[in-house]
Order: sequence, then structure tokens, then C-alpha cells
Amino acid sequence: MGLPSPLAGSLAVAVVWLALAALALTPAGNAFFARRIAFPLGALAGLALAAFGLQAVWLPAQGLTLPLGLPDLPFHLRVDPLAGFFLMLLGAVSAGISVYATGYFREESASRLTLITLQYHVFLASMAFVMLADDAYLFMVAWETMALSSYFLVTTDHKLPLVRSAGFLYLLIAHLGAIAILLCFGVMNGGRGDYSFAALRAAHLAPLWANVAFVLAFFGFGAKAGMIPLHAWLPEAHPAAPSPVSALMSGIMLKTAIYGMVRVIYDLIGGVRWEWGMLVLVVGAGTMLFGVLYALMQHDLKRLLAYHSVENIGIILLGLGMSMVFIGFGHPAAGALALIAALYHTLNHAVFKGLLFLGAGSILHSTGLRNLNHMGGLIHKMPKTAFYFLIGALAISALPPLNGFVSEWLTFQAALQAPVLQNGVVRSLVPLFAATLALAGALTAMCFVKVYGVAFLGQPREIEGARQAAAGHDAGGFERYGMAWLAAGCFVLGLFPTSILLMLNRVGVSLTGQGLSIKALESSWLWLVPTAPEQASYSPVVFLIVIVAVTLFAFLLVRRFYHGRVRVSEPWGCGFPEQSSRMQDTADAFGQPIRHVFGPVYLMHRQMPDPDDPEPRFSLEIEDRHWNWLYLPVARLTEFVSSKIALLQQGRISVYLLFSFLTLIALLVFAR
Amino acid sequence: MNLSAGSAFQILQSVFVVLAAPLLMGWVNKCRAWLQNRSAPSILLPYWTLTKLFHKDAVIARNASPLFRITPYVLFGCMWLAAGIVPVLATDLPFAPAADIIALVGVFALARVFSALAAMDIGTSFGGLGARREMLIGFLAEPAMLMTLFTAAFISGSTQLTTIVDTLAHREFAIHPSLAFAAVAFLMVLLAENARIPIDNPATHLELTMVHEAMILEYSARHLALIEWAVAIKLFAYMTIGIALFLPWGIAAAGDWAALPLAIAALTLKLVLAGAGLSLLETLLAKLRLFLAPEFLSSAFLLAVLGMLTHFLTRT
Repeated sequence: MGLPSPLAGSLAVAVVWLALAALALTPAGNAFFARRIAFPLGALAGLALAAFGLQAVWLPAQGLTLPLGLPDLPFHLRVDPLAGFFLMLLGAVSAGISVYATGYFREESASRLTLITLQYHVFLASMAFVMLADDAYLFMVAWETMALSSYFLVTTDHKLPLVRSAGFLYLLIAHLGAIAILLCFGVMNGGRGDYSFAALRAAHLAPLWANVAFVLAFFGFGAKAGMIPLHAWLPEAHPAAPSPVSALMSGIMLKTAIYGMVRVIYDLIGGVRWEWGMLVLVVGAGTMLFGVLYALMQHDLKRLLAYHSVENIGIILLGLGMSMVFIGFGHPAAGALALIAALYHTLNHAVFKGLLFLGAGSILHSTGLRNLNHMGGLIHKMPKTAFYFLIGALAISALPPLNGFVSEWLTFQAALQAPVLQNGVVRSLVPLFAATLALAGALTAMCFVKVYGVAFLGQPREIEGARQAAAGHDAGGFERYGMAWLAAGCFVLGLFPTSILLMLNRVGVSLTGQGLSIKALESSWLWLVPTAPEQASYSPVVFLIVIVAVTLFAFLLVRRFYHGRVRVSEPWGCGFPEQSSRMQDTADAFGQPIRHVFGPVYLMHRQMPDPDDPEPRFSLEIEDRHWNWLYLPVARLTEFVSSKIALLQQGRISVYLLFSFLTLIALLVFAR
Repeated sequence: MNLSAGSAFQILQSVFVVLAAPLLMGWVNKCRAWLQNRSAPSILLPYWTLTKLFHKDAVIARNASPLFRITPYVLFGCMWLAAGIVPVLATDLPFAPAADIIALVGVFALARVFSALAAMDIGTSFGGLGARREMLIGFLAEPAMLMTLFTAAFISGSTQLTTIVDTLAHREFAIHPSLAFAAVAFLMVLLAENARIPIDNPATHLELTMVHEAMILEYSARHLALIEWAVAIKLFAYMTIGIALFLPWGIAAAGDWAALPLAIAALTLKLVLAGAGLSLLETLLAKLRLFLAPEFLSSAFLLAVLGMLTHFLTRT
């Protein structure tokens, strides 16, 4: 036997990660081990996992029972195409992030670094186990390990109160979600006692209970994915965490929630209904628009990226919702296309958002800045980081020929299948969701013009951050390799979509029983064809070749027939002599038209200076509306209820004895 | 499809568009001057301007990044690519399957993002202002454009521009009420995307109002020439998309050399009328305040969506 099977291989990678975590704690594995060896080894293991995952997509499902767990309740493992795809995502993206982390954490103190190494690798291993799990018990254990290890990673800087409160919020919402998932498994199990996924899959739920299980799974996993209104932890936790951890959480951990959603809804509950799809579509569209509109208002780079994760989860949900609508109406081929679009975007988002968070980390590392309004002109000091960040920014803005465009293109193509639907209302609603996707895509482009223009282009701003910005240096070697890996991913996923499409088709077939049409699968590697060549096709390679050739041709023609003479001079200020770098647009200024157009969406506290104020100050704060209508009322209600319950606590022993006595009486009544 | 004939058509058409685009610009300017009782410049003036600009030395600000210098070429390349996708003279272009209408909108978006980035590169106040306004217009115009194209895509069951035009031009004749909505929406998007009145005024450098001109303020000589040329190709491409979707009659099938003269004649006639119509619109309308632009474009978006819904309603 040559290579190990995908299941054994993936398990081995997870064990390697756990071993790296354990070694970080031993005296031998102190700073040197954590600094030089652990992360590169973790990255290699990630690459291996990506290979095993890729292999698993093409093989039939494999199962294994581990002699671990509780007595009579062993852990079941299984790898099928869906799990294989997500394992590949985890391995490939985490490899880049781990390489980056080698450089990023180099200057950490030894005690902090060992703890980070421990939690980081436990986090990776737990995500692998989430995808490998084949029973609800192991799934929940891995899910909770993931939540806890990431909580400790978020609170790395636990001495800052802001970080502690962000961590608490994250833990709270993660557990609300976990409770919903646990209840969902309970509903699916229906008291039979066997929690293996095979048993859950075989069980037939009454329609009512299937609906309950769906809602629990949707909101339980949605809390982890960051869909509204349960997204509140994301913009708090991502800026608090160290950048590689943000990349890991946003790039991969949110995707475990998508994995869970697909696994539970398509595979375990089964019998997908179109009404479910409509709910997912509405929530997805809301999440998407809300995420991008709030992202446009941010000036903290990592917070902005966190809001974009919310937006991209919305795009993925849009694809999933369409797929459920199509499948519910009995069009599995169109449903498979929408599912493929959603999973493709899941992979793409992992790659480009990982890249963008790493870029933000390099800026933070080199200049100490997170506030866009203090940056400016970084392209001159960090040209390589600027290059990688530009690729990420173009990819997330869904511009051809990079990867973000391909998945949005597929989502649009899925929406254009709407005429097959029987229900007239749904048929005209589905393209409307495509319209919201178009709007969100264009707003994303605006947001990343803002980010890139304010941070990397222009002149360094002359405010308190300027001194630090002047001292900035480019990212170090490991940081650059990590970013280069993910940037290459943006190109590969954008230029060779057909191979990904074939792979995802396997996943679609394994989940829904049907894949894309024969015509779509027969097309050559050059042409991406979702349904039939005469209906739609797209060839990113030809596209790239033509655009590069034409651009070069124009360049050479101009050089050949004219000249390349350049004079360098001062910028032209339209005759105004005293231009200063403070006159550039800031991130807040760039968002001003959006505030004007979408004013009612935001909760703004604006302070306009008095006309004859000698020292005018303008201040603007934008709050998330969800705090006021959802979170604060719930918090107040909780406080009210606890204050009422606190009445029981009188602090006198006689009262407590009375309680014991009453409890005893009550129990006797029941026991009889 | 005969590939060599198709390729010949493809190359011929791309070169034709690039060379003819400034002429259309000149025609629009001439008509506008006539309508405004000014003595009209030569219709060839855009060519002389381009030649003059190419001969000059480029002046570049001290802190310009490489992005600033490659952007004019990228813009020109994007527009040239767009000119290759749009069926101007013939349907069934061999390059067309590489990019459908969604990719076409993507190409325009790519060009817009690059020009906005280049505008912010020097770090003057005008560049940022122009970039911000351009992106504001862009995020409103892009969905409207996509919805307009989707309406046509639903009618023909395809997102390939060539297939759409083929369906609309050569198959059975039918009146689609949804296309009427789409046509109005498309016209509004065309005005906004090409920086024409009422959204932007190509003839002014007034800081209160300018959008496109503010973005390219730092450019000179060959860079400026390429940008101006790209702008002309963009106008040409938009007009030909409109013609292809809403007035497709007379377009030649690929390899049909005999139909080519007729196709050129039909296209010329349509462009002459469209150019005159554009200048008439620009003379009759006043420029909108910047913050009325969202209203203008969201009505375009709603019209396009309405057109799409009409398609579903009339079909059943």
C-alpha cells in the first residue's frame, strides 16, 4: 500500500497538530520550538491535509470507529466528498496562514508564544475533527473545542478590557449557537438514542419536526457564521485577535458553520423544502447588504474586513438558499448549480479574506496602525504587501479574472435559472435577490477602493500616526510567503474554475443525487460552462490573455510610434499652492456619499461644530442598530430576571433550610 | 462556424471600433455645438487632440506609484476587450464565448476601480473627490446595467451577448414590453456611466460638479491620450450595446462578407442618429446636483427590475 487513505491521512494530520500543540507545553518545546519549528510543521501538515481532502472528493465515502469516547459511545469518523472539500479548504488556507504566523509571531515573548502555539494548533485540529465527525457526540465535542480554543486566541491580549469584553461576547454567541445545534441534534434523534449521523440520516422526521430541526440548525450554525442578527461578535472579536488568528477565524472557522449547515440540512435532515430556501435567501440578502453597508462606514481596517466577512457569508447563504428553492421545487440540476456556486464562494472567501487579514496584519506589524485615517502612501514603504493586498482587494470586489468573480458569476447563472420554477412569485423573487447581489458587489468594490486608496495610495497623513507610518518597513520573508500562497490561490481559483467545478459537482452529486448537465461537464478545461455552452460560458484564461495582450500591445505601440519621455514634478493643485496631505479623503470622507444615500440604515451620532467656534471639531460615530433593538433589550431582560431571582438569595441560613425543606416536600409529592 | 472567417471578423471589428470611436465623439461634439448655436469644431478634432497629446512629454507627480502609470494602459485594454465582446457588425464572434454580459459588466467595473485607485494615488484633494463620486455613481449604475442585461438574457435564455443579439435580430419578431423598460433604464445608465449630462459634464472643470475630470486631473500627454481614447471607446461600446439589444436589425452573421456593407451602413446610420440624440439630450437637460444622481440611478435600477418582472408577468 502506497499512500494512506484520505481518512487515515486526515486523522494523522489532526493528530500531528495536536502533537505540535502538546509539544509547545513541554520544557524542551519552549520558545525555539514554538518560534522556528511548530508553525512551519503545521503548514506542511496543512498541505498534506489539502491533498488528502482533494483525494477524498474523488473517492467513495469511508468510515472508521475510534476506540475513544465514553463507554458504549465511541467516536465515529467519516470522510465523504463534502467533508473532503472542506478539509481541503482547511488544509490549503491554513498552510498559508501558518507560514505567515511563523514570521508574525517571531517577536512575541516566549510565554505568550507557547500559549499561542498550543491554542492555534488545537484550534486547527478541532476544525479538522468537526469535518471528520460522523456522530453528533464527536461533532459537539470538536465544535466546543473549536469555540474555546478560538476564544483563548481572541483574548491573547487579555490585559485590555476591550479585548476581554469582545472575547466574552464571542463566547456568549458561540454558545447560544451551540445550544441550538445541540437541540437540533436532539430533535433529529427523536429519542431513539443513537446519535451517529447514519442513524440521523435514516430517521424520517414528521414535517413539523423537520421544520424545527431546520430552524435550529440554520440559526445555530448562523450564529457561528455571523449572519444577522447574530453577527455582533464578529466586528468585535476579529480586531481583538492577532492577525493570523483573525485570518483563520474569518477564512476557515466561519466556513465550518457553512459546512455544518450543508451537512445537517442537506444530508441529515434531507427532504429540502423551498420555504426553507426562501428564509435562507431573505436572511442571506439582509446579511449581505447589512455587512457591506456597515463595512463602508468603518475606519478600523480589521473591523472593516470583519464586516465584509458578514457580507460574504450573506453571499454564500444566497447561493444556498437558491439551491434549496430549486431542489424544493424539484429541479435538482439547477439546485446543484446554486450549491456549487455557494461552495465555490466559500472556498474563494477563505482564500481572499485570509489574504486581506494577513495584509492588515502586516500593516499593523510594521506601522502599528489599524486606523485607516492615519495611514496613507504605504505602497511606497511596503510595495510587496501592497501588491498582495491589491490582488486580495480585486478578488473580493468580484472583478474578472480573479476568483471572487467566478463564484459571483456562478451565483448569477443560478439565479438566471429562475424561469424553470413553477411558483410565479418565487420565480420573480429569485432574480431580485440577484439584483441585491449586484448591488452588494458594486458596494464592495467601492469599499475596497476606499481601503486601498486611503491606506496604500496618496501621501502619508500628517497626524499622530504619521511618525509611525514613516518608520514602516515591508513585510518579512515568511509573512510574504504566506500572502503569496494565498494570492496565488486567488489566481488559480479564478483562472481554472472548471477543475473546481468538476470537484464541486462530485460534492453536489453526493448530497443531492444529481449534478450539472452532461453538456456542462463535457466542456474543455478552458471554458467554464454552468448549463450549456450556448446559454453561458466564461473563459478566464482567454480573458486574461486577451486583456494582457491588448494592454501590452497598446503600450508597445505608444512606445514605438511616440516616446517614453517623463518629467517628474510636484502634484498639480489646480492653482492652490498650499496642498497638504490632510486635504486627502479619509476613510470617513470616502463613505460620506453612502451615509447620505443610506442614512436611515445607520444609527449616527453626529456633532457639527458651531459656525463661530474657534476650534471646530467634527465627530461622527456610527453604531450597529442591532444593539438597540435586539442585544440591549435582551441584556436588560436578563438583568431584570436575575435581579428577581436574586430575591431568593437572602443570605440567612434559616431561609436556605426552608428552601431545602420545600424542595423535599415537592419531591415527596412527585415520588409518592 | 468557420473559425478563420470568424477570427477575421473579430479582428476587423475590434480594430474598427478602436479607430472609429473618436469619430463618434467628434460627431457628438459637433452636433452639440450646432444645437447650442456655436460654430462647430471639425468632426476629426478628437484625432488631432490625441495626436497632440501623444507627442507631448508626460508630467508625473513626484509621489506617483507604478499603479498610476499602468492605469491608462489597463483602461485602454479593458475598453478594447469590451469592444471585442460587443457584436457591433456581426454576431457569432469567436472571442465572445470567453466573456458574457456579466463579464462585460465586470470589465467596466475593473476599469472603474483602476481609474478610481489611480485618482487617489497622488493624494490631492481633487483625486479623492473624483474617485469617491465615481464609485458612488458606479455602485448605482452597475446593478441597473446588470438588471437591464438580465432582462434581455431572460428573453433569449442566454447570457451570451452574441446569442442574445442573434435571438433578438434574426429569430421571430415579437414585441417585448419588458425591453421598453430596459431600454429607458439602459439609456439612463449610459448617460451616467459615460460621464454625460445630467450626471456629469464632460466640458467642465468646476470642482463643485466634476466627477470624471477630477479623477484624471493629474494625467497628461500619452497617459491622458490613452484615457481619452478609452473614454471614447467606452461611449462607442455602450452605444453599440444599446443598439445591439434594442435595435439589432441589420447586423451580419459571422463569415457573411456579403452582408458586411449593409451592416456597416446600418450601424453608421444608427450611430449617427444615436449621437445626435445624445447631444440633443445633453442640450435639453440640465446637470443634476450630485445628490440627485442616486435618485436618477435608483430609478434606472427600479425600471430595469420592473422590466424583468414584466417579462415574467407577460410570459405566463
